[in-house]
Amino acid sequence: MSADERESSRVTLSELKPGDSARVKSIDDAGDRALRLRLLEMGLVPGTPIRIERRAPLGDPMEITVRGYALTIRRREAALIRIEAHGG
Amino acid sequence: MEAERRVLLIGNPNAGKSTLFNALTGSRTRVGNFPGITVDVASATLRGASADAPARVLDLPGTYSIAARSADERIAVEALSAPFLVGAKPSPHAVVLVVDATSLRRGLYLTLQVIDSALPCVVALTMMDEARSLGLVVDHEALSKALGCPVVPVVAPKGEGISDLVGAIQSALAANEAAPPTRFADSIEAGLETIGGDHGKDARTRRLLSQWAVLSSFDTSDDAAKHDWDALLERAKGHPTLGEELVCARYARVDEVLEGVLSGERKTAEPTRSLTSRIDSVLVHPVWGLLVFLLTMFIIFEALFAWVEPLTGLVEAGIEWAKAAAKASIPEGPFNELMTDGVIAGVGNVLVFDPQIAILFAFLTFLEDSGYLARVAFVIDRLMGKLGLNGRAFVPLLSGFACAIPAVLATRTLERKRDRLLVMLVVPLMSCSARLPVYVLVTSVAFDRDAKLLGFLSTGAVALFAMYVLSAVLALLAAFVIGKTVLPATPPTLVLELPRYRMPHLFHSAGVVFRKVAQFVRDAGTVILALTIVLWALLNYPRTDAQAETFSNLRAEAEQIDEEEAKTARLAEIDAEEAGDRLRNSYAGRLGHAIEPGIRPLGFDWKIGIGLIGSFAAREVFVSTLALVENSADTSEESESLHEMLRKSKHADGSPVYTPLAGVSLMVFFVVAAQCMSTVAIVRREAGSWKWAIFMVAYMTVAAYLFSLLCYQGGRLLGFT
Repeated sequence: MSADERESSRVTLSELKPGDSARVKSIDDAGDRALRLRLLEMGLVPGTPIRIERRAPLGDPMEITVRGYALTIRRREAALIRIEAHGG
Repeated sequence: MEAERRVLLIGNPNAGKSTLFNALTGSRTRVGNFPGITVDVASATLRGASADAPARVLDLPGTYSIAARSADERIAVEALSAPFLVGAKPSPHAVVLVVDATSLRRGLYLTLQVIDSALPCVVALTMMDEARSLGLVVDHEALSKALGCPVVPVVAPKGEGISDLVGAIQSALAANEAAPPTRFADSIEAGLETIGGDHGKDARTRRLLSQWAVLSSFDTSDDAAKHDWDALLERAKGHPTLGEELVCARYARVDEVLEGVLSGERKTAEPTRSLTSRIDSVLVHPVWGLLVFLLTMFIIFEALFAWVEPLTGLVEAGIEWAKAAAKASIPEGPFNELMTDGVIAGVGNVLVFDPQIAILFAFLTFLEDSGYLARVAFVIDRLMGKLGLNGRAFVPLLSGFACAIPAVLATRTLERKRDRLLVMLVVPLMSCSARLPVYVLVTSVAFDRDAKLLGFLSTGAVALFAMYVLSAVLALLAAFVIGKTVLPATPPTLVLELPRYRMPHLFHSAGVVFRKVAQFVRDAGTVILALTIVLWALLNYPRTDAQAETFSNLRAEAEQIDEEEAKTARLAEIDAEEAGDRLRNSYAGRLGHAIEPGIRPLGFDWKIGIGLIGSFAAREVFVSTLALVENSADTSEESESLHEMLRKSKHADGSPVYTPLAGVSLMVFFVVAAQCMSTVAIVRREAGSWKWAIFMVAYMTVAAYLFSLLCYQGGRLLGFT
């Protein structure tokens, strides 16, 4: 893996800010497999473009645009989603 | 009617199913039971269908996948799987897949799953107008070719495309053919075959069930009804990576299908400038959003209090009329009283709630359908998370301040049964509007009107406010404690779609409200009626002949009075005395005396004891029971004479009963105690068994006693009176 690839595979959705765009790379397999499958079923499959719209006033959860709709996702779950920090 | 074909409306939440349902069927909706579905669903006949091929359309809750993750999703999946249940009779004949044209890239996921099911499908592409305004272009003919089934673009609120859709539905029913299923890579197909084993008779059905099993194999909640698919689930556990492969493969197929079908999609790097996003920047704003929220709450509560009064008054007047009519037409005696004070009063107890339930429910439905409640859940989620819940629990809890019944019904938005149960069990702790008359009565009796705290705050008002704060604190505390002890589980996550804002269809909302109220009357009605009759018996029996004689003698004496006015007044007095006498000697009265030693440490006397017994039916009964005990003819809480009588009541040792401390203790009891049959009945219905309803009554009663005790004795120790 090149340095760039290693770099981008460490970035997760939780680290992005409102206005950032990215593509889903993978969802970590740690722990809750049911949740992981659910996030995939909601459209967060590898290669899908996403955009961070905003964070809730209390800091969590965040709102992202994916596959044409708005999804809320908590920081905890966002930390499981690895992204490629390039735009769609 | 067996000849009537059944058409299911399946689609993602917020795809416009209900609006489409209205467009397809007009307003003659029926709510009823269908085989394979465990709850009542709304259905109506398809408008425009020919008379010799009638069709019934079922409006089902939204789901994102055949792997249902909430009670609502389960309903849709149950309806879809009816043909696969061994022994289930009529199955659906066709499915209308309702897909939002603006989120095709997600919506087609469920569509492809359902097409795999071997049921004839028609795709209704909704929100075409919104898609157009977003610059999206959907080639519905190309889509139809790619999917293998008809695709009809519609704009349901305007009626565009509806007749085409009806035509497509009828053709699909007549042809009775299914589109070809999605074929996956060999490795996936092989896995599905292994999992399917030799289940059932139809290979295509078996394959879909295998898919379901793969997607559901990690779900640990016991929410799902078990069919004979457990074998499939077991086998699916042996293929842990198959689920992910299946989902990715299906989305790959979605993207493939949309190639050449969908164009004009926004590059995700562009900022969202849609109306919804602009509204959100206000409504989700920490300052403006909060202001809008508080304003909304204020409007709702104001409307509730303002509109409920006249409507409840109407219902009460109706009940009084019915009572009078019954009294006049049925010959005197116990049966007469059973009918008027027992049955009619019992039915009245159910009906008198309806205006309040209806209004609150109407507001909640409106806010839900507009998309606003999703934002509320989004904003408050972090706080709710600290209590072991998620943002969806907020609105049900808050609604409890108005009335627990719609609040309990509102817990349906919580996905897991455990979370729904937890919130249901604590919602009644939020001080509902029925408690207010009791608080007001107690504060005006127990507190000196001029007593002030800190020099300017009326003590009574402070006490009142404190009760509301206490109730909220206790509800949250109870949620935390019960969530860790009786119902421990991993805290729920929040996976929530924020739908586009839309103006709810008023007729549809009104229809939903009406159906819900009717359902409440049906479900709670029998329980409440039975309990009211039991309570009536406890409050009116036993009677002795000696008693009856004494009063008839008194009446005979009163008849001798010449002056009409004085006679009528004296007769009314005697009626009140007789009612009071009956009550004091009744089973309830004796019970009141019997429990007095037990409630003395709370600062209560036996009269309050009787009041409490009565109030377990409904809180308002407390006031009227107290009035009866005091021989008051006027049983309303505003009655000055009642206030006076209560202020004067004394314990055996001469000390006044309604001291400020006793007043607070009594109010605390009302904050915590479970005193509403209707709530118990509705919890029983929503929780599915008596077990939880009884647990709720038990823990609240015990807690009420303890908190009241703490309050009174603690107060005494600290030197208050």
